Amino acid sequence: MTVAAVTRSEFTKLFSTSMWWILGLVLVLYVAATAGSLAFVFGAVSSGTLPNDGAPVPSEGLASVLYSLAASIGYVVPLILGTLMVTAEFRHKTLTATFLTTPRRGTVLWAKVVAGLLIGVAFGIVGALSSVAPSAGVLAVFGLETDLGAAATWALIGRLVLALTIWVIVGIGVGVLVRNQVAAVVGVLVFTQFLEPIARTAGAFVDGLDTVTNYLPGAASDALVGSSIFQVAGAGASGGLDWWAGGAVLLAYAAVLLVLGYVVSWRRDVS
Amino acid sequence: MPDGQVLEFSGLTKRFGAIPAVADLTCRIHPGRITAFLGPNGAGKTTTLRMLLGLIRPTAGSATIGGRRYDELADPLRTVGAVLEATGFHPGRTGASHLAVYAHAAGIPRARVDEVLGLVGLADAAGRKVGGYSLGMRQRLGLAFALLGDPGVLVLDEPTNGLDPEGIRWMRVFLRTLAAEGRTILVSSHLLGEVQQTVDAALIVSGGRLVFEGSLADLAHQDEPVTLVDAPDRDALLAALEAAALPCEQLRTGIQVRGLDAVGVGAIAASAGIALSALTDRGPALEEIFLDYVNGVRPPLIRDTEPAVSAGISEARSDDALEGGAR
Repeated sequence: MTVAAVTRSEFTKLFSTSMWWILGLVLVLYVAATAGSLAFVFGAVSSGTLPNDGAPVPSEGLASVLYSLAASIGYVVPLILGTLMVTAEFRHKTLTATFLTTPRRGTVLWAKVVAGLLIGVAFGIVGALSSVAPSAGVLAVFGLETDLGAAATWALIGRLVLALTIWVIVGIGVGVLVRNQVAAVVGVLVFTQFLEPIARTAGAFVDGLDTVTNYLPGAASDALVGSSIFQVAGAGASGGLDWWAGGAVLLAYAAVLLVLGYVVSWRRDVS
Repeated sequence: MPDGQVLEFSGLTKRFGAIPAVADLTCRIHPGRITAFLGPNGAGKTTTLRMLLGLIRPTAGSATIGGRRYDELADPLRTVGAVLEATGFHPGRTGASHLAVYAHAAGIPRARVDEVLGLVGLADAAGRKVGGYSLGMRQRLGLAFALLGDPGVLVLDEPTNGLDPEGIRWMRVFLRTLAAEGRTILVSSHLLGEVQQTVDAALIVSGGRLVFEGSLADLAHQDEPVTLVDAPDRDALLAALEAAALPCEQLRTGIQVRGLDAVGVGAIAASAGIALSALTDRGPALEEIFLDYVNGVRPPLIRDTEPAVSAGISEARSDDALEGGAR
């Protein structure tokens, strides 16, 4: 009963319900629509088709900002995917059969992490495609630089995939710790769509606060990718962490949540 | 042929806070027969079974399968199959993929999934989502999960819950066939009547404590006989029985006499010159004995049943099972 066999079982779990493709579809539509529209706005403004209100449109790095949308707005999807991979077992009480089959519970959690990494890479690639393809297309139409020839752009796309992958693991950690599916999903949405954006916006204006807010998971993720719509919007005034530090912080969130979840929740009695 | 293993509880205790759900439970369950695990709701049956299966951690003591704790088993699904009450299914998953999930984790070939679905009569519903299954179909799917690894030990928590009479009969025949193959089968129930035709041995728990362990014969034979008798002249019969100082109870179908068998009751009627219209041994009132143990009216009786005696019983029963299976 190896981690490999249990991982295969986790894949069967994942692909035998419709959750994976529904979330995949949400990721594609959400990211592609946002990236395409913003690319259109930026492209139209800088080419003079739409009047500029005076705010400078960064022509340099514009492509990176658009490409990074997959992570800066799309990260909530792999996060929820990871969360549901665990909370579905609590909600539908399948954890009993899972632990009867694999009584070594650490193995089950490892298998979820491995399966999460693999599906995370897939979501990362799909997410990156969803932001890069429409925005590069629109930029090209307006005759703007797509930066697709630059190695730095491809490095950014690679970090995009990495960030989206780590978010699945963060989600698994959240799911193990919170257990209750509704509470976990609501909690994730409130934190990512409400609390963290407010904190990061405040961090951009209040002196010294960004030393704290730079370590928030979303900020760390944007730092890892190296570009974000929040920087354009002014919420990342100090520039944030180095990309590797951002990655380390995001990984640390995943690790702490997993260890805490394992100790506090995963080993509890199943009744 | 899978090996039946001895299940052993040794000083098994579980406290939830200050409340003892299971208190110092010690007993053995032998292979080759069906053992009933009886007790009212809340007696600690489910907690005990979940401790046996490594889902709940005991406060003290141990529960082992062939001498090993569940989490020490090299191949759990091939050793023990379990049907537990709160086992769930993802409603969006088909019956076949539900089983495939666990077959993959346990390294069981995919072909076995279709095989067990056929065994429990769900072959036609294999590709349908579990959300659309009836309660009885879910119970069968639970049993299919338990049979995936063709285990030598089966643990079933209230398996007839949600089954219609036809399903209950099917389950009874099915379990007898499995026991006849030499498996260890432990079935919990809060109703003795539901299992008394199926099981060979019984454990009764009440308030988390073991109050009876023995064969069904031990439970039955220790009691006074009960006879049902009737006569066209029921008043005269009642007078004769009361004259013999026998406790009588008038039922719609006749008079129930406790403490004397049919031969004795017939003799009383004959000497009083009363013509009878009915005379039957009702056998011991098992349900009452069961309740007496549960309520503490009878002192606990713990008798580790010798396999030699029970072997005869299970052979007799396996004949039944084969007949039942052939039908």
